[in-house]
Amino acid sequence: MVRVNGQSTSSSLVTVRGLDKKYRRGSEEIHVLQGLNLDVDPGDFVAFMGPSGSGKTTLLNLLGGLDVPSAGSISVAGDEITHMSSGKLTQWRARHVGFIFQMYNLIPVLNAFQNVELPLLLTKLSKSERRKHVEAVLSVVGLSDRMNHYPRQLSGGQEQRVTIARAIVSDPTFLLCDEPTGDLDRRAADDIMDLIVRLVREHGKTVLMVTHDPVVARKADITLHLDKGALVEAGQLEGAPAGGAA
Amino acid sequence: MKFGRLILANLFRKKVRFALTIGSFTVALFLFGLLAVLRGAFGGGLQVAGVDRLVVINRTSIINPLPLSYRDKILQIPGVKQITFDNWFGGVYQDERNFFPQFAIDIDNQRQVFNELQVPDDQWKAFVDDRQGAIAGASLAKRFNWKIGDRIPLKGTIVPGTWEFNIVGIYHGKRVQDDETQFWFQRAYFEERMPERFKGQVGWYTVRINNTDDAPRISQAIDDDFANSPYETRTETEQAFATGWVKQMGNIEGLIMTIGIVVFFTLLLVTGNTMAIAVRERTAELAVLKAVGFSDRAVLCFVMAESLMIALVGGVLGLALAKFFTLRGDPTHGLLPVFFLPNSAVTVGLALALLIGVASGILPAVGAMRLRVVDALRRV
Repeated sequence: MVRVNGQSTSSSLVTVRGLDKKYRRGSEEIHVLQGLNLDVDPGDFVAFMGPSGSGKTTLLNLLGGLDVPSAGSISVAGDEITHMSSGKLTQWRARHVGFIFQMYNLIPVLNAFQNVELPLLLTKLSKSERRKHVEAVLSVVGLSDRMNHYPRQLSGGQEQRVTIARAIVSDPTFLLCDEPTGDLDRRAADDIMDLIVRLVREHGKTVLMVTHDPVVARKADITLHLDKGALVEAGQLEGAPAGGAA
Repeated sequence: MKFGRLILANLFRKKVRFALTIGSFTVALFLFGLLAVLRGAFGGGLQVAGVDRLVVINRTSIINPLPLSYRDKILQIPGVKQITFDNWFGGVYQDERNFFPQFAIDIDNQRQVFNELQVPDDQWKAFVDDRQGAIAGASLAKRFNWKIGDRIPLKGTIVPGTWEFNIVGIYHGKRVQDDETQFWFQRAYFEERMPERFKGQVGWYTVRINNTDDAPRISQAIDDDFANSPYETRTETEQAFATGWVKQMGNIEGLIMTIGIVVFFTLLLVTGNTMAIAVRERTAELAVLKAVGFSDRAVLCFVMAESLMIALVGGVLGLALAKFFTLRGDPTHGLLPVFFLPNSAVTVGLALALLIGVASGILPAVGAMRLRVVDALRRV
């Protein structure tokens, strides 16, 4: 269950307390996040919404260890990540976070199989074990027959599926999705969202997603709005599955 | 290596650019190879010069002769082991462009003093037995396709007329840098047709000594012995003699070094720029690699590996081309008898190529290493 009131339970997977993020643009200081609290349990599917510049992507970057907060703390599965060194944070990301970007960001000179295999190159898995894992996740995203295709030979929806496969291949603790359907048409977007929902429902994945699309957000268990640097409960949206803000 | 595929894939991302960058290295290293060959060729005498040999020439100039009678006097100087002498012939074979050095030699001592130039015993015996016999260096014989038994006419320039020689032997150098372009014949034959004023005179002496440490003392002793005579001498080690010979042609070494530096500096600019562009184009991809868990050091290594691969492949190709070029032998047909690419130059060339690879890749690699994922993804 997702909470934004700073009350954690022993089951919390992600715990965020008093998170602040300030930017300096010239002489101006921009306070993007202010004292933000968040608790996410395993298996939750959370959508973050808000106007442009409200700090959605910044929050996602902080949760994924790509950026460092100005103040506050973030714990994931018991690991306090806010004070980790850059090197430790990189290792932590490899183990715990799966990223899904709006622009897919696949390596164009590698085929689908090789793109998905990338995170596994950092593990001690043998070549045959890596192959087994990659084939399994490509099967989950429905691209078993496209594993030798290069990104330029795939549609946008297929590219995003490869990105999802790359994100889940190392079985991370949670998935961070930044506008995963932002570059897709409605039909492809629906397919991608169905896939993400399936990952949550059938494979128990925890997903934190930024989107500006209410239709996409409706697929999540709960939608949280970023308002003046803090998360505001929007309540459980109509049609969403069980679960919601406390 | 599991990351090899990623590095190779990135290298071949822009095939034309990859080929052109490799080509830059290839051309530069080919040129380096040729410069190294030329440096060796011009300083060839320095490499083959015996450390235990002295050259005695007329103090005025090498073209002025010395009396044959000096031989016995020099031999009596303590520390002198052997002595031989030569006369420059300067004949023309068929055409003046077919230049090669010809010497009337001292058959009694030639092999002892120049023992690195080897002639089989039976061929040497045939040479001694045949007044018109001649021995050609292996590369000279190859150049004109001469074989033992061939009769070779030379047109004399210093001593006019047509001179007939029988090829009775081929000599080979012990080392790859030894000069195999000389043509030897008996002094006795030379003496027969020599004008009266030249008789009893030699071009220069080559002296082998017992101990190289004695070279300054013996040189001084020889020159002192013949001081204030009509034929004063200048004695120096064979190496000093060769050095002086090279200096007469100007600062070849300096010229070669300057060209080399300019070439490599240009190469550094070209490849540095190429690597910078290659990394800038992939900012988002590098950010993704970091996002999925590749460390800063891994990203640095990827970029450096690409740069070094280009340098290595281009370097090896360039040096291989230079080596191949030298396999055809001296293109001047005799002016540069020591014409080969030494292994030391290949090693230095490869080291230079890798150094350029490091220098051209290091800035883009450090830039990639310092890349912040958040900033990079925001730029996409």
